[in-house]
Amino acid sequence: MADTAPILDLDDVRYRWLGRTSFGLHVPNLTLAPAETVLLLGESGSGKSTLLSLICGTIIAQSGCVSVAGHNIAALSAGKRDRFRAEQIGLIFQQFNLLPFASVRDNILLPLQFAPNRRKRVTHLNAEAKRLCHDLGLPDNVMTAQAGALSVGQQQRVAAARALIGTPPLIIADEPTSSLDAATQTTFLELLFSQSRAHGTTLLMVSHDERLSSQFDRVIHMSDISYAERADT
Amino acid sequence: MILRLAFGSLLARVLTVGMTILAIALSVALFLGVEKIRTGAKASFADTISGTDLIVGARSGSVQLLLYSVFRIGNATNNMTWVSYQDIADRPEVDWIVPISLGDSHRQFRVMGTTPAFFERYKYRSGQSLAVRDGAIMSDLFDTVIGADVAATLGYDIGDPIVVAHGLASFSQHKDQPFRISGILEKTGTPVDRTVIVSLEAIEAVHVDWQSGAQVPGKSTPADVIRQMELEPQAVTAALVGVKSRLQVFGLQRSINEYAQEPLLAILPGVALQELWQIVGIAETALIAVSAMVVVTALIGMMATIFSSLNERRREMAIFRAMGARPRVVLCLLVLEAVVTAAIGAIFGLVLLYVGLFVGQPLIDSAFGLWLPIEAPTMREIWVLFGVVAAGAIVSMVPALRAYRMSVADGMIVRI
Repeated sequence: MADTAPILDLDDVRYRWLGRTSFGLHVPNLTLAPAETVLLLGESGSGKSTLLSLICGTIIAQSGCVSVAGHNIAALSAGKRDRFRAEQIGLIFQQFNLLPFASVRDNILLPLQFAPNRRKRVTHLNAEAKRLCHDLGLPDNVMTAQAGALSVGQQQRVAAARALIGTPPLIIADEPTSSLDAATQTTFLELLFSQSRAHGTTLLMVSHDERLSSQFDRVIHMSDISYAERADT
Repeated sequence: MILRLAFGSLLARVLTVGMTILAIALSVALFLGVEKIRTGAKASFADTISGTDLIVGARSGSVQLLLYSVFRIGNATNNMTWVSYQDIADRPEVDWIVPISLGDSHRQFRVMGTTPAFFERYKYRSGQSLAVRDGAIMSDLFDTVIGADVAATLGYDIGDPIVVAHGLASFSQHKDQPFRISGILEKTGTPVDRTVIVSLEAIEAVHVDWQSGAQVPGKSTPADVIRQMELEPQAVTAALVGVKSRLQVFGLQRSINEYAQEPLLAILPGVALQELWQIVGIAETALIAVSAMVVVTALIGMMATIFSSLNERRREMAIFRAMGARPRVVLCLLVLEAVVTAAIGAIFGLVLLYVGLFVGQPLIDSAFGLWLPIEAPTMREIWVLFGVVAAGAIVSMVPALRAYRMSVADGMIVRI
């Protein structure tokens, strides 16, 4: 039963930016099953970023319900929501993912600072970070290197390792490959898939690149699940 | 680990942070330096004379009497007659009395005529006596003892002849009666260092052929003849008095002030020093205020630096937020950064102060006669350092609160 309960469930969610009345987002329904890999396609301006902020709980829907791993995140206090995000969600951004002045090791271990339960799942912090780096095809001596000194492709892999550490149930990747060239893109995605499959993690990736579609379990178009509400229409 | 990241972030901006630290360090060093000079000046001021119960001179103001009799600043408006001096000396309450006769000079230094008792009675820095570094005190009429600064500045040694000039900054010199340096005093940090001391009789001796402030033309009495003369002064400038019992000080002061034959003034050196310090104290307060403003300016500079770094660090804060850090963590990181910067600045400032003291101590001493002791920081100075760090934390709240609001609004998605 636990396996089939959705990891992410959005139900009749409405959000309107304060002070920006011209744009609002309405998502009637979006459900992600555990260990599912989903590609969310949408053009820029279609509300992808707003949707991700809603899922991560940095903004709260005016109506409707956003549930992550069975918890209605609107019911949590702001502080609890921050911790909940750290516990449940691994995040990879488009670029500039890392603290450039910190070591790769510190960057990977950073989310565990705010997520004690996720940290408990990792017995040996250094060994686990090293293993992830190795599995993601990073050189062995990368752990102590300054994150800012790495190539963009390597930085994205470190960001993936950071999202994967402590095996959060959900990984959200916001156009993680858009700053990579084609060859690096493919390698990166293969590594990301193999790692998330190995840990049974749900992967929600946002992109505007339809060519990636074949590699995912399911492809959702932003326009199919949501309505961008514009005041002028 | 969060701490390590905070330090890493600081190190990544080492140049701007370094400049901020330098500004804070300089301002702290300036503030503490002014404080040192102030306390040093005040201490050396209060240490100038001790063990003397009363200073007596012609009636003027108490500060003026103190200034010319002890600090050799300014001039006496009038002298007190030798008769009055004798009268006071004969009073039963008086334990000892030392006359001082001023008015002549040697180069930029004042010449003071006094009795050998001066060397025994004059005390400074809570009861310390004058000590002769080289030679001995005067034995001949034309012997002189010079202060340490006189010897150092003019390069004099025992046995060197010196000529006393009539009055101050004067071209008429007592050339006929040159003096011989018989002794050089140890450095005291008091005006004695800058004084040429001769006997009271010698002051009379150099004026034997003088009338109304000028040498009588053609008249020059040989030194040996002068040595045979009865050289009792007509008047002295002031007198230092010690009483037998402390209880009699006020009674004696009162009776001298009411002395009918001549208008005289007796002052308590401690009280007059206090009055004088009150006058000087205004400048001192202004100095402290200015250097405090410099510290405030440096801290505001730090605030400006943090403000301007906020934009470039928006990404950093967004990463922290995305990883699950509360906005409060972002606020704490910035305040912590300010505290660390201010603390390093304060410590560096303290180091600068001591380096400055080591380098500047002899220079300040020779230039201003002000000896600044090099000691462990006082409680007050440590509080100043704490105050700077605390003030740094407080001013950093302004940009930190802005960062807090920004990171709440931005969430984890930054568009730059």
